[in-house]
This record gives sequence, structure tokens and C-alpha cells, in this order.
Amino acid sequence: MLRTNLPHLESIDDFKTMLESGKKFAVVCGRMGPMCIPVYDAMENLQPKYEDIKLMDMNFDGPTAAKTIRALPETRNFNGLPFTVYFNEGKVVAATSSIQTKAQIKEILNSKMQ
Amino acid sequence: MENFDVIVLGAGAAGLTAGIYLSRSRMKTLILDTGVVGGQINLTHKVANYPGTGEISGRDLALNMKDQAREFGCKIISQADIIKMDLNSDIKTFEVDDEGIFSSKAVIIATGGKPRELGLESEKKFKGTGISWCATCDGDFFTGKDIAVIGGGNSALEEAVELTKYANHVTIIHEFDHFQAYPWAVEEARNNNKISFLMEQTVTGFTGDEKLSGVRSTHKITGEETVTPVEGTFIFIGYIPNTEAFHGASFLNDRGEIITDESMSTNVPGLFAAGDVRQKRYRQITTAVSDGTIAALSSINYIHSKH
Repeated sequence: MLRTNLPHLESIDDFKTMLESGKKFAVVCGRMGPMCIPVYDAMENLQPKYEDIKLMDMNFDGPTAAKTIRALPETRNFNGLPFTVYFNEGKVVAATSSIQTKAQIKEILNSKMQ
Repeated sequence: MENFDVIVLGAGAAGLTAGIYLSRSRMKTLILDTGVVGGQINLTHKVANYPGTGEISGRDLALNMKDQAREFGCKIISQADIIKMDLNSDIKTFEVDDEGIFSSKAVIIATGGKPRELGLESEKKFKGTGISWCATCDGDFFTGKDIAVIGGGNSALEEAVELTKYANHVTIIHEFDHFQAYPWAVEEARNNNKISFLMEQTVTGFTGDEKLSGVRSTHKITGEETVTPVEGTFIFIGYIPNTEAFHGASFLNDRGEIITDESMSTNVPGLFAAGDVRQKRYRQITTAVSDGTIAALSSINYIHSKH
């Protein structure tokens, strides 16, 4: 489990439930490393501003990630942690690889998730 | 508006040290960081030469410093979006999105640096799909693959050796015919049979469709072009100061570094600087800590003399 204050997506069932609900959510899939920690931190910071979007994390090395986030076609070519994937109405609307700034995350939340 | 004695910009080694000294001296102190606490220390897999700690991860060292500053009463806000600032008035002010307006009698700029990029269009294209600035984070994506390391300083050579734990082969591409790294780091890289060297090169671009497939470079003297087939590239070509927010300020040199005297004072009254953001030769955690200490003590003197 990741040591963050974000809600953790830990099982495939939970992931499917989120996806099938059609709700807006974003998953930061990473480790506790220097490129991932700033993204978790930014998400924690942004959560109160985006109450209609659930910002979550997932352990990159867990079995759930292997069958969900890491198995998505949108992350197939990713080679930098974390993988951040944004979902709206059950579909991937944006995906980024490697560190992102709070401003870059805000831009995606504002442009792709509204 | 919330008033402080000193506001420190940046929560890396210099900023946190300043925070520890200021708070312990009963100065009401706020540290604002646009990123996360720790700064570049977070990028260091292992710190082995910081006195008194033994070998420690960069992240743990940063967290220890943060806890120490907080224990003395220092307030720290990370991921701060500074919308507006006034550094020139007697009382300095900062407006931070979602947080409010803060003022102080003195300010210490300790915003550090960030990894330098080559500035090539194709470099942006492959960020996260082949190009990385963090071996610790992304090294294992390249297990069994051929990769390149660009650079010739300590970071480049040390990380190249580290990356041989994962990669099939590492090509170090460097712009000069010699390395800037310490001799022991060069020797370690030269003795590693998974590392080869491509010297006197100007990197001109990266090739590939969806994923990186090669690094294109030309020899600086002969002009001969080489495409090194790799699936990953790690760039370690130094750092640039985080001073975009102060663009055009009189205290910056032509490289964007902050000019200070030995008391860490800038040419603006009440404005100090510390750490890698300063114009100086050596950039180490220990030198940042030293700068932070001096800047804190100088700002306390300044406040006592003025207010």
C-alpha cells in the first residue's frame, strides 16, 4: 500500500466498480519515489477543489495495477513513473507518464474532466 | 493577511535549514514551496557523504529536516501556487492561491534548481516514453535493454553504473573528450564492461515513432553523424536555477542565478538567498545547509536592526 493520503484503489473489483459507475476519477499509479511523490502531493492538494472527481492512487507493483492501469492501451508505451490516467464516463480521457506539475494536472482536470 | 517574521521560498536542504534556525530563534517562519518538501534531495537514491547520518536515502533525509523544522514551529506549505509577490517593499507580501496572503519582514529565496534539459523538440516527445531524468524511478523499465546516458559529470557516471543493474548495455554520450566527474567515478564507469563511451558529441535529436528508438548525435570535430539505437535515455547534464518567477530582477546574473554577498544578502534590503539558486561553484547538500544557516542568521540580524 502506498503511504499517501489519497484513497487507494487496491482491487480489480474496486477498479471495475469505479469504471462502471461512470464517475469521474483519476488514478496515479506509482511507487513512493521522487517522481511519484510530487504527483500524489498535487492530487491531495487539488482534491478539495474538484469534489466531483475522485483522485486516487494505485501501487504500481501490485497485481491490480498489472491487470488494470498497466494493461491499458493508453499506457502501453509509458516508461516513466507515475502513470496517471483520467477516466470520465467509463472511458480514458487522458493519460500521462512521469512527473507532472500541479498546473499540468489542473489543466487536464479542467479541460478533459468537465 | 497572516504576518510572519521571515518567509522562506523553497523547502529543500537550504530552505528547511533556514526554517530550523529561524523557528528555533523564535522567528515566526513560513516556508512556501511550489513543489514538494525536499527538493532535489528527493532525487538522490542514497546520500553517503552527509556528515553524521551514515548512508541515508535522500527522501528520508528531507523528511527528517522537515520534521525538525516543524517541531520548532515552522509552518510549511507545499504545492503553493504563488499568484503575486512583492519583494521590494519593506514588508514583503505573497498571495498564494487557496491559502491567502502572507507578509514578512524578510525573505529567503531557496528555490534550488531543476534538471537541465537539452531543449530539443524530440526530447519533449519522448518524456515518459523513453527519456527520463531519474534512474532510481525508471531504471527498471529498461531491464535487458540498451540505453544511453547523456552527460559527463558525477551524476551521469554514477547513475550509468547504477543503471547497468537493469540495462543490457549503457552508452554514455558526452560533449567533451574528457569527463567532469571525479576520477573514482570515471574509473568505476570505465571498469564496467556493460558501459561504452561516445565522446565529443552534440546530441541533435531522438528518433522513434511512439517509443524511443535512438539518439542522434554528431561528432563535434568531424561532423560525423551517429544514431545510437536505444530504448531509453537518461539525461544528466546539470541543473538550472529555479528563478523564472524573478525574471528581470536586478539580483540575477546572466545565468539566472542569484547574486549574494557572503552573508547571503542580495542587493534588495531584507531579501536573502541560499542554496543551489545562488551564484556559486559547489552545489552539495552540505553547502546548501551552510547557506541556509547563514541566510537565517543574517535575516535575524536584519530584522533586529530594522524593526
